[in-house]
Amino acid sequence: MKILIIEDEVDLRETIKESLLKEKYIVESAEDFTSALDKISIYDYDCILLDIMLPNGNGLDLLEELKKMGKSENVIIVSAKNSLDDKVKGLALGADDYLTKPFHIAELTARIKAVLRRKNFNGKDCIEVGNVNLNIQERSLLIGAELVHLNKKEFDILNYFMSNKDRLVTKTALAEYVWGDHIDQADNFDFIYYQIKNLRKKLDQAGAKVNIETIYGIGYKLIEK
Amino acid sequence: MKLLNRSLIYLSLVFFIIIGVWSFIFYFNLKDEIRDSIDDGLDNNRLLILMKTHSDPSLLFQDEFSGNNFKIHPVSKESALAYRDIYKDTMMYRINENDLEPVRVLHSAFEHENDYYRITVISSLVEEDDLIEDSFWSVVWLFIILIVSIVVVNNFVLRKVWNPFYDILNQLKTYRLEKNKNPIEANSNIKEFIQLQEASNTLINHSKKAFQSQKEFTENASHELQTPIAIIIGKLELLLESNSLSEEDAEAIVKVISITDRLKRLNSSLLLLTKIENNQFIEQNVISVNALTTDYLSNYEDLLEFKGIKLELDLATDLKIKMNASLAGILLSNLIKNAISHNKKKGRISIQISDEEFIIINSGLASALNSNRIFNRFEKDQSKLDSTGLGLSLSEAICYSYQLKIEYSFVNDEHRFSINFKNILA
Repeated sequence: MKILIIEDEVDLRETIKESLLKEKYIVESAEDFTSALDKISIYDYDCILLDIMLPNGNGLDLLEELKKMGKSENVIIVSAKNSLDDKVKGLALGADDYLTKPFHIAELTARIKAVLRRKNFNGKDCIEVGNVNLNIQERSLLIGAELVHLNKKEFDILNYFMSNKDRLVTKTALAEYVWGDHIDQADNFDFIYYQIKNLRKKLDQAGAKVNIETIYGIGYKLIEK
Repeated sequence: MKLLNRSLIYLSLVFFIIIGVWSFIFYFNLKDEIRDSIDDGLDNNRLLILMKTHSDPSLLFQDEFSGNNFKIHPVSKESALAYRDIYKDTMMYRINENDLEPVRVLHSAFEHENDYYRITVISSLVEEDDLIEDSFWSVVWLFIILIVSIVVVNNFVLRKVWNPFYDILNQLKTYRLEKNKNPIEANSNIKEFIQLQEASNTLINHSKKAFQSQKEFTENASHELQTPIAIIIGKLELLLESNSLSEEDAEAIVKVISITDRLKRLNSSLLLLTKIENNQFIEQNVISVNALTTDYLSNYEDLLEFKGIKLELDLATDLKIKMNASLAGILLSNLIKNAISHNKKKGRISIQISDEEFIIINSGLASALNSNRIFNRFEKDQSKLDSTGLGLSLSEAICYSYQLKIEYSFVNDEHRFSINFKNILA
């Protein structure tokens, strides 16, 4: 899997790159409009992370170029602007997703995985780890051949963990994923612990070959048994 | 007080004084003039009578007025010679008026064939009280007519003259820096009004620039913070994944991440607040409050169940409003989140939607919140350290931008928030 990061801020670019390398992707990066344009014209990427505000150009113009080349469907726009206008424009130009800075690493990983799944499995949007098969479209869980019922939040949590397989998911990142922005998180951790406890029980009972590990008091990691 | 009325008061005061003083002077001048001419008449009469006495000496013995306007008494030579002509006012009985009336009297003396006589000639005088009364009323009428004509002139003429002023005033009153693009205009060729218009426009331009740069500053500052925050969070999360970390270190890092998360929420809330206050959410849609409410509630179903909170929904009417979709979402979800996170275990939430109102009631803290400060920025429950204290400020800012009424009250030991949507019913 080849991924291109178009981002002018060197520290952020390096951080994203480091994280993506852990996922065993091939990662390339571009720091401005012209070098990005060079790269997208020559190479094909499985996923492109695109910052909108770039030196000597606008990310949306780059997206337009990509659309002309028919390569815009696997773009994730990463912007400091939480602007509905940009979002609508970006998605209309064929971008797959819009991520607002700042974000958690786990969130970015999950979004990239989603793009790659949609691109590579022809619309069959499933995550598979061991004998666990999560169907994102139908929101259903198959463990082996057994259909396991999950409530809404349990499903979201498992989806997040599976997208971040073998990676640490901090509890703050998890809470934000589950609740979105602007929620007072403190007293919702209890709720998340409780959901994870139930989730573990359901996975165990169905004989799932995955394990949700607790990492100290800081977060979780889903691993294949 | 209106300018027109103020000038009316000053004018009436000045008129009152001028007319008062003027009528006194006029009155006394008039009286003097009348006396003068009466005195002339009396003198003339006296001469006529003296001439008549030559042809008709019987007149010399008329020592009573009895119908005539003179009487003659003989006097000694000495007193006659010592006599000087005297004009004076006196009162006399008039039969027709059955009253004493003022008369003008001339006392004089003369010599006739070596006899000396005193002559008294009278002439009726203008009745002074009548004169005063008549002139008083005519002055009052003059005053009234003047005032009325000033009012009329003020209202019809001056108002027309001042029209450009009121026009500028109205434009200034309704001027919104963020909305109005055109400068203020006044159709007048009066120098002062043109100056006023120019001064207003200069001021507007200054304010616009200040407004614009303030807007840009808040937005830029918030935007510029996003990337560094993203770097901090990313770097720390990668650091957490390194294997060489002790548990204590990892916990410290997680603490920093959660603080950075708070910073991030604070920053994006402030940015949102600025955007709301700058009216940057322009697009309006028809939104069903009921649908939006049930949508958000379904998201919190599991949490409500976990906390054992009983939900009572009264969605009798379908409340439809015209509003920006993002803002409507933020407004309702903030109130719902608020009701959940400040609730107690096994508490309750009641949501009522009526023809124009959205009411959400929740159990929780057993004492009323300070309704004056509850919508202030950074006002928060001290026990909730992670809270940004901006949630209700956001709701209030949204309500304010649509001129909706949002109210808090503490009823039956429960917290009640209500929003009245009657301004934007669809």
